[in-house]
Amino acid sequence: MTHYEYDVVIVGAGGAGMRAALESSQRSKTAVLTKLYPTRSHTGAAQGGMAAALSNVEDDNYEWHVYDTVKGGDYLVDQDAAEIMCREAIDAVLDLEKMGLPFNRTEDGKIDQRRFGGHTREHGAAPVRRACYAADRTGHMILQTLYQQCVKQKVEFFNEFYVLDLILSKNPQSAKKGAKVSVTGVVALELATGEIHTFSAKSVVFATGGAGKVFKTTSNAHTLTGDGMAIALRAGLPLQDMEFFQFHPTGLYGLGILLSEAARGEGGILRNSEGERFMERYAPSIKDLAPRDVVARAIAREVREGRGCGPKKDYVLLDLTHLSPEHIDEKLPDITEFARTYLGVEPHTEGVPTYPTAHYAMGGIPTTVNGEVLRNATETVDGLYAAGECACVSVHGANRLGTNSLLDINVFGRRAGAAAAAHAAKAPQPSMPAHAAARVVGIVERLLAGTGDASSPRPGDIRSELQEAMDRDAQVFRTAESLTHVQAKVPGLKERFARATIQDKGRRFNTDLLEAIELGFLLDLAEVILAGALAREESRGGHFREDFPTRDDKKFLKHTLAYATPTGVTLDYKPVVITKYVPKERVY
Amino acid sequence: MRTAATKDASTKDAATKDAATKVAATGEVATFEVILKIRRNNPEASGEHEAGAGYWQEFRVKVHSTERILDALHTIKWEQDGSLTFRRSCAHGVCGSDAMRINGRNRLACKALIKDLHPSRPITIEPIQGLPVLKDLIVDMEPFFASYREIMPFLMPSGDAPKRERLQSPEQRARFEDTTKCILCAACTTSCPVFWTDGQYFGPAAIVNAHRFIFDSRDDAAWERLEILNDRDGVWKCRTTFNCTDACPRGIQVTEAISQVKRALATHRV
Ligand SMILES: Cc1cc2nc3c(=O)[nH]c(=O)nc-3n(C[C@H](O)[C@H](O)[C@H](O)COP(=O)(O)OP(=O)(O)OC[C@H]3O[C@@H](n4cnc5c(N)ncnc54)[C@H](O)[C@@H]3O)c2cc1C
Ligand code: SF4
Ligand code: FES
Repeated sequence: MTHYEYDVVIVGAGGAGMRAALESSQRSKTAVLTKLYPTRSHTGAAQGGMAAALSNVEDDNYEWHVYDTVKGGDYLVDQDAAEIMCREAIDAVLDLEKMGLPFNRTEDGKIDQRRFGGHTREHGAAPVRRACYAADRTGHMILQTLYQQCVKQKVEFFNEFYVLDLILSKNPQSAKKGAKVSVTGVVALELATGEIHTFSAKSVVFATGGAGKVFKTTSNAHTLTGDGMAIALRAGLPLQDMEFFQFHPTGLYGLGILLSEAARGEGGILRNSEGERFMERYAPSIKDLAPRDVVARAIAREVREGRGCGPKKDYVLLDLTHLSPEHIDEKLPDITEFARTYLGVEPHTEGVPTYPTAHYAMGGIPTTVNGEVLRNATETVDGLYAAGECACVSVHGANRLGTNSLLDINVFGRRAGAAAAAHAAKAPQPSMPAHAAARVVGIVERLLAGTGDASSPRPGDIRSELQEAMDRDAQVFRTAESLTHVQAKVPGLKERFARATIQDKGRRFNTDLLEAIELGFLLDLAEVILAGALAREESRGGHFREDFPTRDDKKFLKHTLAYATPTGVTLDYKPVVITKYVPKERVY
Repeated sequence: MRTAATKDASTKDAATKDAATKVAATGEVATFEVILKIRRNNPEASGEHEAGAGYWQEFRVKVHSTERILDALHTIKWEQDGSLTFRRSCAHGVCGSDAMRINGRNRLACKALIKDLHPSRPITIEPIQGLPVLKDLIVDMEPFFASYREIMPFLMPSGDAPKRERLQSPEQRARFEDTTKCILCAACTTSCPVFWTDGQYFGPAAIVNAHRFIFDSRDDAAWERLEILNDRDGVWKCRTTFNCTDACPRGIQVTEAISQVKRALATHRV
């Protein structure tokens, strides 16, 4: 065990973590701890684009972008935060270009832009070209470019270090109102050796990404297990709006691999078994480019009503066949290759089988617009920051617009990194308690002990049961009955997990061990998602309750804050910041 | 140029219906059994195997015809032997974690469909070659990233940054587009016979990433990088065996990129 001391520790090296590191490492001694090599982070999987009202190809305005973000989020967006994001978007894109990002270009050499769902001009008048992109590899280019700059700046990385605990100066739930709760550091397991290390830090930034693996069908990587969110929750902090999960309409059938909305931005059309362009019925004005929650539900409904394709009638087709093959190859090379490789379908001539896939966590660790983490509706934790998909600012509200996350990670990654460095400049080096690593050591030793024989439950089984139950009962359509059904299963899964053992008893590169620990995080998060979803008796954005099919602003125009307490998940609420846009019905 | 792509959407219904019936196969999948013969290595002694000793182990796995090697590795790990160790993350060929040697060829496990690998015979799986094996299919990536860092893989423009973006025409961008696709998976470098015998050689991936900047119209440090690659451990070591190009899961024309770098050095022109 080694003890390290840094000014700033950043947890995660995806887009948000590296953008933060570029800020903080210029001003303070910064370490980036990441369970994956930075370039393996899931930001690299993002395809379609990054939104900014550059007006490079048609008239645009950041204020329209704010409006679209608020409306797309079904009015659960904090409007002050959305305004900051959309205003700073322009510089965020230009910064990336100056760092070398190879955006696609217009004929006159400027950054090219394309359409994306829910992005409009003049408050919904017509779609606007706002997404800056690099073919269908925008996230890859962002991740590579940020990593290149980190190499240039000699940012210090601890690769394959799994952060497993956050140590605060006191329990935030028992701390009195007005009392100061501050960060002291984190505990991490080094994959190569299995050693557990402590890192004392004046500022800690969580940038650990999403939690898509709570579900079975997902566009998320195997490693997106919501670690940062669950660690914060276990440390006594609240998670915000976790019931809002985005199901992306076009996952590759059976696999969940994403086919970017850019496919529809470039002219792709969804069709049912009758060949009908069914989005004309659901969103007459913007059709296939309606926001994701609307399209995902439309697909699920077509399938449910018997108009699905294939022998099981359980998917719809994404039709690109009316586009020229050259156009498809130029603008959508990667996703069309996914269709060929994984389903053996040729998008030039055939429709691609698709079904909604769990894609994005709108909720997360609640923060201010400077990334400071909240410990309740009003107070922050001194020195603790979060950014990116693991955080909830909240700029995405109940439903994130496509291209707004790559934007979010850059804008709020930068802000959190700057704020963390500024805080570290005036804070003393915290001393960590003597037994800081005890909780992690306990978890690790329990899993390593045990015989791993056939009689003890296997983490792999528990994980697939959880994921299948979540897909079945907490996906695009939810009811009190379905949610209660899966909720009733979780305690049993947790009880089995408490007895589960692993087979690999070694210390080095024990991925068996780490997968089990990640499963523990998923189980905690599932509970929070379900509690929030059950309590929210309305339908808003990505959360659709068939038993309460309309939005209820009187009762639920508020953010959920969920806490893990000794007696289970408890819920509290927090007002939505509304500045300009009064909630209206959302029609497309 | 941007919207010229559409033929007429409404006339295509017939084609779509065809498509709907054609993909009818999607949804019904056959299952069969395969044998995976995996090269293992545990840095800690276990059972009859000494610490660090390599050995082969066979696993029988039931798979679906749509599954990939990564799915089969997961089935083993989750249902048979939790100690089988490999890296992976995205599961669709974009993160570069799971390059391995499958039936003697470097591929990403998440892109290698089992049905394409002659599954009636055992499929062999080994770690990529030329980098130290740390455990089972995991190798030490540090030497690989060290070569990458040496070629200064970041934009080095001269002059003051403009207020807006630097302009670049689509044609200028097209010159280096191919090499921007690299995911640093090391499949190319570890398929290179020169790299196997001479670990000092930069290897194709580093040259690919140098190419990405050398031919970027916004960059002004092409010659600094070319100088580095002109070194005895640089591009001239390449014997144009094309293993790298065959191995690249991103379809990058690796040998062509290396040739362009050689040409720039030979002609003193970028
Ligand atoms: C397929 C796909 C396509 C997408 N396309 C778009 C798009 O076109 N436009 C858009 O705006 N958004 C898109 N998104 C969403 C967007 O890509 C993500 O929300 C965003 O990239 C998340 O970035 P991040 O930095 O928060 O997390 P990530 O990039 O996921 O990084 C998480 C980091 O945290 C580290 N980490 C996690 N847990 C730990 C731990 N316990 N200890 C140490 N380190 C840890 C990981 O190693 C990793 O480095 C897409 C998402 C997916 C899945
Ligand atoms: S060039 Fe291809 S094979 Fe080589 S590291 Fe890059 S992506 Fe992998
Ligand atoms: S797991 Fe990401 S490339 Fe294979």
